[in-house]
Amino acid sequence: MRLRFFAPLGLLMGLILVLGIGLKLDPREVDSPLIGKPAPVFSLPLLGAEGQLSERDLSAAPSLFNVWSSWCVACRQEHPILMELARRGDVRLYGLNYKDAPEDALALLAREGNPYLASGMDRDGQVGIDWGVYGVPETFVVDRAGTIVAKRIGPLSWDYVQQELLPLLKELQQ
Amino acid sequence: MRRTWCWVWLFLLPTLGLAQPGIDEDRFHSLTAELRCLVCQNQSIADSHAPLAQDLRKQVREMMLAGRSDAEIRDYMTERYGDFVLYRPPMKPLTWALWFGPFLFLLLGLVAAWRLRRPAQAPVATDVSAEDVRRVLDENK
Amino acid sequence: MIAAAGHFALALALGVALVQFCVPLWGLYRRNGACLAVADPAARALFVIIACAFVLLTVAFLRNDFSLAYVATNSNTLLPVPYRIAAVWGGHEGSLLLWMLMLAGWSAAVALRGASLPADVLATVLAVLGGVSIGFLAFILFTSNPFELLPTVASEGRDLNPLLQDPGLIIHPPMLYMGYVGFSVAFAFAITALLHGRLDAAWLRWTRPWTAAAWMFLTLGIALGSWWAYHELGWGGWWFWDPVENASFMPWLVGTALLHSLAASEKRGVLRSWTVLLAICAFALSLLGTFLVRSGVLVSVHAFATDPSRGVFILAFFSIVVGSSLLLFAWRGHRIAAPVAFAMFSREGLLLLNNVLLVVAALTVLLGTLYPLLVDAMGLAKPSVGSPWFNLTFVPIMLPLVALIGVSYLVGWKRGRLQEFRRAVAPALVAVVLGLSLPLLVPGSQSLGVYLALILGGWAITTAVAELVRWLRLSRRPSRAIVGMCLAHFGLGVFTIGVTLVSHADVERDLSMKPGDTVLMSGYDWRLLEVLPVSGPNYDAQRGTIEVSRNGDLVARLYPEKRSYRSQPNNPMTESAVDVGITRDLYVALAEPLGEGAWSVRLYYKPFIRWIWVGALLMAIGGGLAATDRRYRLGRSLARDGLGDDLAATPGALS
Repeated sequence: MRLRFFAPLGLLMGLILVLGIGLKLDPREVDSPLIGKPAPVFSLPLLGAEGQLSERDLSAAPSLFNVWSSWCVACRQEHPILMELARRGDVRLYGLNYKDAPEDALALLAREGNPYLASGMDRDGQVGIDWGVYGVPETFVVDRAGTIVAKRIGPLSWDYVQQELLPLLKELQQ
Repeated sequence: MRRTWCWVWLFLLPTLGLAQPGIDEDRFHSLTAELRCLVCQNQSIADSHAPLAQDLRKQVREMMLAGRSDAEIRDYMTERYGDFVLYRPPMKPLTWALWFGPFLFLLLGLVAAWRLRRPAQAPVATDVSAEDVRRVLDENK
Repeated sequence: MIAAAGHFALALALGVALVQFCVPLWGLYRRNGACLAVADPAARALFVIIACAFVLLTVAFLRNDFSLAYVATNSNTLLPVPYRIAAVWGGHEGSLLLWMLMLAGWSAAVALRGASLPADVLATVLAVLGGVSIGFLAFILFTSNPFELLPTVASEGRDLNPLLQDPGLIIHPPMLYMGYVGFSVAFAFAITALLHGRLDAAWLRWTRPWTAAAWMFLTLGIALGSWWAYHELGWGGWWFWDPVENASFMPWLVGTALLHSLAASEKRGVLRSWTVLLAICAFALSLLGTFLVRSGVLVSVHAFATDPSRGVFILAFFSIVVGSSLLLFAWRGHRIAAPVAFAMFSREGLLLLNNVLLVVAALTVLLGTLYPLLVDAMGLAKPSVGSPWFNLTFVPIMLPLVALIGVSYLVGWKRGRLQEFRRAVAPALVAVVLGLSLPLLVPGSQSLGVYLALILGGWAITTAVAELVRWLRLSRRPSRAIVGMCLAHFGLGVFTIGVTLVSHADVERDLSMKPGDTVLMSGYDWRLLEVLPVSGPNYDAQRGTIEVSRNGDLVARLYPEKRSYRSQPNNPMTESAVDVGITRDLYVALAEPLGEGAWSVRLYYKPFIRWIWVGALLMAIGGGLAATDRRYRLGRSLARDGLGDDLAATPGALS
């Protein structure tokens, strides 16, 4: 037995380790570089009301900024969760209505309920680009200082809300 | 691999007027071909038909019209989407192993080959079995 | 009915594979000839059973049997019949069954041609193949059964992914799998050599044709995949360094290294343990490819729908197969190592250099493919590794390899002589002329790197011709192996020229056009005449008509389409139109409508792109010629006379 004949085996073990860890990761999920940075500046007309929504509204108190659209199927999935969060009232929920027609968006909110304090209309997706949005729905957590502290890509789940989101919000509110 | 040469640009100048005005289409292409689309993830924004890729192409075009440099446009993208959007990974400590790995492999391979040309030490006496002897005989048939 | 029969066939196959694996190994251990003899009929039976299962699944597709979940997911009553057959391997489960069919086919082929092998060698090879079959059959039965029933029969199928509804799909996966799985034969021979602790000239003669055959199929499979992506994905790309492409390319690189090290081992007895290691690695990389494509650890354009439990299964199987093989190698590898000294400046020295470059290239592709995963596993923000990185690292490693080919003809076995280099003067001159003149045909291709790569491509071509001529002078009929080698190297030169020119001088434009608009690009006038609705068997489309002319003469009329398949109306497909030419392709795709009759149109001028696939085809034909060389068949019968069954009769051969 000679040592160099063991080298391939060593390489293989390293490979298997990496692949094994890789199985637990989601390759589609891209960490946002915005976490820990100030929320991007924007000003958007409100959906279904007069006025503007800006990043200053988000930083008045810890807030959720939820990217949604009437054409987005996965948004239906998280809608009941958003409604429940709105009902509990312990978090301020704002919406970014991404590349949507206002009449479709309003019809959806009228039909399924409106969980948002307000939604800004990002019709050309420019604010979405500034926020690094690449798939709807996405949810940002913004703290009192106006810093983005977390981002969820894809629909919210009860597990995520209970195990990560609510504890995080509690921490931010103290 | 698409590179832009000054004179290519000159050669193509007549076609640019018919394309969208004002920007160097080759530069636009080489830039967008190295930006990864986050929606379909395995296409560049030059190739992808996804709506976000269309938006980002528009963005790049506008920034080029505004006279921004390639580096500025790439920075704009990484500020929003992270290094993930760059198909050419930036050189930083995290990617040193990536950039220098292949040449390290080559060096190691060449050294190993150089050493291999001499025989490893001759088989130790205890290793010799009837089979080894027979093998040697077979080889010298 | 079909489901029950299919389940039964798969279960029976698993039983037969267990017999094929266990009984011969037991026979080897106990030196029992009867047990050894079981391997051959077991391998043939396994093939027949799997073929039956495959036919059953095909019938289910032809009869639109939507009681099967797999059929309901991957077919549709509107799907044309040829695509219904191709749909058998259009999804994960069916493609695994195809893989298994190939594996059983290769095993049966070894059994059929194995009459000339010593009984114990044949039995061991088939037992190893049986072991691999067990893994895949268990995988199919427990996680990916194509005969799984739906709780209620679906009234209509969900349809085959429209991207896959293309003639390319009919042929690309079978070729690719033939290649992947073909390396299992070389792998089985390698394990046999380790188990028996002997690797001699006969072993090398048995292994070479199987390796060459597998390599031929893999070359064809990869080239077809590239061609399919080029005309189906609608962005004019022929290679994207996508993880799935890399997954097929890594075994190809190592398989190519194996072909060359087999030659050096056979001629000069050098590099033997290295050859065995390469044979293990080529198959290990095939398995790794399966894992990467089907586990979902990496994102890819053409990955299958993935499922983590499958990933765990394949990773476990991969670890067992490759881990035990490498452990065996670590334990017994030194026994087959041949302590033969050799000079660097000799044919075998250059073949070793060839191996170093190819293996480093394969490691580079592996590094680039897995690096994002590695960083992600460390919990850091992952980078993307795309074609710019691969072009900067892979290409500089490969160019010296192309240069080396022409040199290797001039350097003899044992020791090269510098005088021989006089033979290279004429080919070198022709190569330089070729390399400097080709860019004149292609605007935009004049740069130092292009000239260098073209000269090297030309060098591979001219030296291959010169070598063939030299052999023709030496003997009136050179062997198929020699002709195959020259042809493959010639093909590599053609390929290099194609890649160089299309990568550096292609032109693409993404523009807004209205009917009647004309655009001048690359010396051609591209005129959009009209965009009209048309209907296909299972889709509706907008079809554009584009006339391409040069100096007023019509060159081509192209009909690109934007298709909307009725089963998936929200997923429009871009169907490009291509005018094929020896020195250029003209490629048009309709991107998206912009309103008021205007379309976003993509125009591509692709110089010399056909040379890529022609080159690959020549390489494959070369591999095929080498695989069928008369010497290997002759070698077999000699082996039987010369070495015979003495191994089985000798006690201690397995100790």
